[in-house]
Amino acid sequence: MDDLSFEAPTGEITVLVGPSGCGKTTSLRMINRMIDASEGRILLDGVPVQGIDPPTLRRGIGYVIQQAGLFPHRKIVDNVATVPYLLGWDRKKARTRAMELLERVGLDPALAGRYPFQLSGGQQQRVGVARALAADPPVLLMDEPFSAVDPIVRTSLQDELLRLQSELNKTIVFVTHDIDEAIKLGDRVAVLRVGGRLAQLAEPKTLLAEPADDFVREFLGHDRGIRRLQFVSTAGLRLRTDLTAPEGFSGDSPEPWLLVVDGEGRPVGWRSAARPGELEPYGTFVPGRDSMRAALDAALLSPSGCSVAVDEQGRVVGVATRNALDLALAEAADG
Amino acid sequence: MGDGPPSLWEWFGRNWDTGRADSIRNLLTDHITMSVVPIVLALVVALPLGLACARWRWLYQPTSGLMNVVYALPSLPVFMLMISVTGLSQTTVIVPLAFYGAAVLIPAVVDGLDAVPDHVRQSAVAMGFTPLRRLLAVELPLAAPVVLAGLRVVAVSSISLVSVGALIGQGGLGGLFTRAYQNPFMPPVIVGIALIIALALIADALLVLAQRLLTPWVRARKGTS
Repeated sequence: MDDLSFEAPTGEITVLVGPSGCGKTTSLRMINRMIDASEGRILLDGVPVQGIDPPTLRRGIGYVIQQAGLFPHRKIVDNVATVPYLLGWDRKKARTRAMELLERVGLDPALAGRYPFQLSGGQQQRVGVARALAADPPVLLMDEPFSAVDPIVRTSLQDELLRLQSELNKTIVFVTHDIDEAIKLGDRVAVLRVGGRLAQLAEPKTLLAEPADDFVREFLGHDRGIRRLQFVSTAGLRLRTDLTAPEGFSGDSPEPWLLVVDGEGRPVGWRSAARPGELEPYGTFVPGRDSMRAALDAALLSPSGCSVAVDEQGRVVGVATRNALDLALAEAADG
Repeated sequence: MGDGPPSLWEWFGRNWDTGRADSIRNLLTDHITMSVVPIVLALVVALPLGLACARWRWLYQPTSGLMNVVYALPSLPVFMLMISVTGLSQTTVIVPLAFYGAAVLIPAVVDGLDAVPDHVRQSAVAMGFTPLRRLLAVELPLAAPVVLAGLRVVAVSSISLVSVGALIGQGGLGGLFTRAYQNPFMPPVIVGIALIIALALIADALLVLAQRLLTPWVRARKGTS
């Protein structure tokens, strides 16, 4: 670790990402004094952590690790209630709180009486998150919490974390070696190089658009341009509303493609002027909610080259043509 | 009184409670004392020593080396040596047996603590356990299955070894075997063996029960994997 200095803003997710040996886990453990820094200071709400007794400090900071680190000899409910017990809460109150949290992280309360071995890896990791949140600490440290589970479970755990964070607004420092995870979860991402030097600290979209140097560029990997689009809004995308036709429409149209829509306004398929008898597949996105990446992806799924804008209920609100997408992409490229 | 030698049951009934020191009942009580006390002592000695060895690794090699030597010493000469210190008392049998037990239990404590997964220990630290509380609430409970397995071995071997003490006049039920030297009469030998086996089985069953009560998660694990 060499001269590393950064700030994790209150209520945001700061991700530390880098190759192995970059000291990201070490940095994390310095925050709760599992490792003491030889030099320098770490401030928590302006108070140097070096001045706080380690067990007391740690009870006020949630911690989630890779294999969840659950206590195999304790039932799930007692695992979650670990820190409340340490803080001397009344047993009943601690357990009630634990049951609340199990539900909060999306676990069946029936699992409360089981032992960790009886749960899947993904479930154990959720318990790990619930345990870290049990005493409602303002700060959460997460050390590669999702890297030991399979990709599908990982995605759902990531989504769950973002959902939880939108409700709880914790100050989270999250360590990972997976740049995609960093970009997905981080409000800000700190890329570290070997030796614990900070290569770049920026919002994900800035990181993708303007990598500070070759190391960061290489670490970000392929498809940087496409991945950047996930931070470009579709709110301003120009939509056409004159390209739809009701089901059973058999008239002529000057347009090469028409979107056939059912009685409730939901898309059915694209009708090409060349082969009016067949319906071709379509892709949708929700303007404002989904990113340009999703809009572009939707266009690429259809031979029409257009993507269908729908509202939250799946009703068509318009069509983004290739022209409209081109225009938006050109704007995005400009910065 | 019949003509020939008494049957097994007759002999047992007549000698169960004669009021003398060598009644079967008294021998049985002595046997239980001389085996249970060393088991408890062994645990009391082995826990702190095992913890010390797990904590300061350099202690483990010399300690386990020494304990292996102790374990290799034949019991009879050790009992005889002890007479010069403790006389012809139960202590003469109890002390060496406690050492034998400790020799088995110290490695069990160390292995048990080694078996605590590192991520579990780390997460206990990160949750804010103090070192003592971590030991009592996390590490020792997780070491318990291995320690209890060692304790079962110690219990059965102590119960059986006590009888050797009969050669110095303190052998509990072993006293029933030495009589057979003087007088080739089988019932005491059979009663002695049967009671010792029964004691060993009961002790083992109690420890298995303790295992189930103290470490319910172990069965939970076996149930799923």
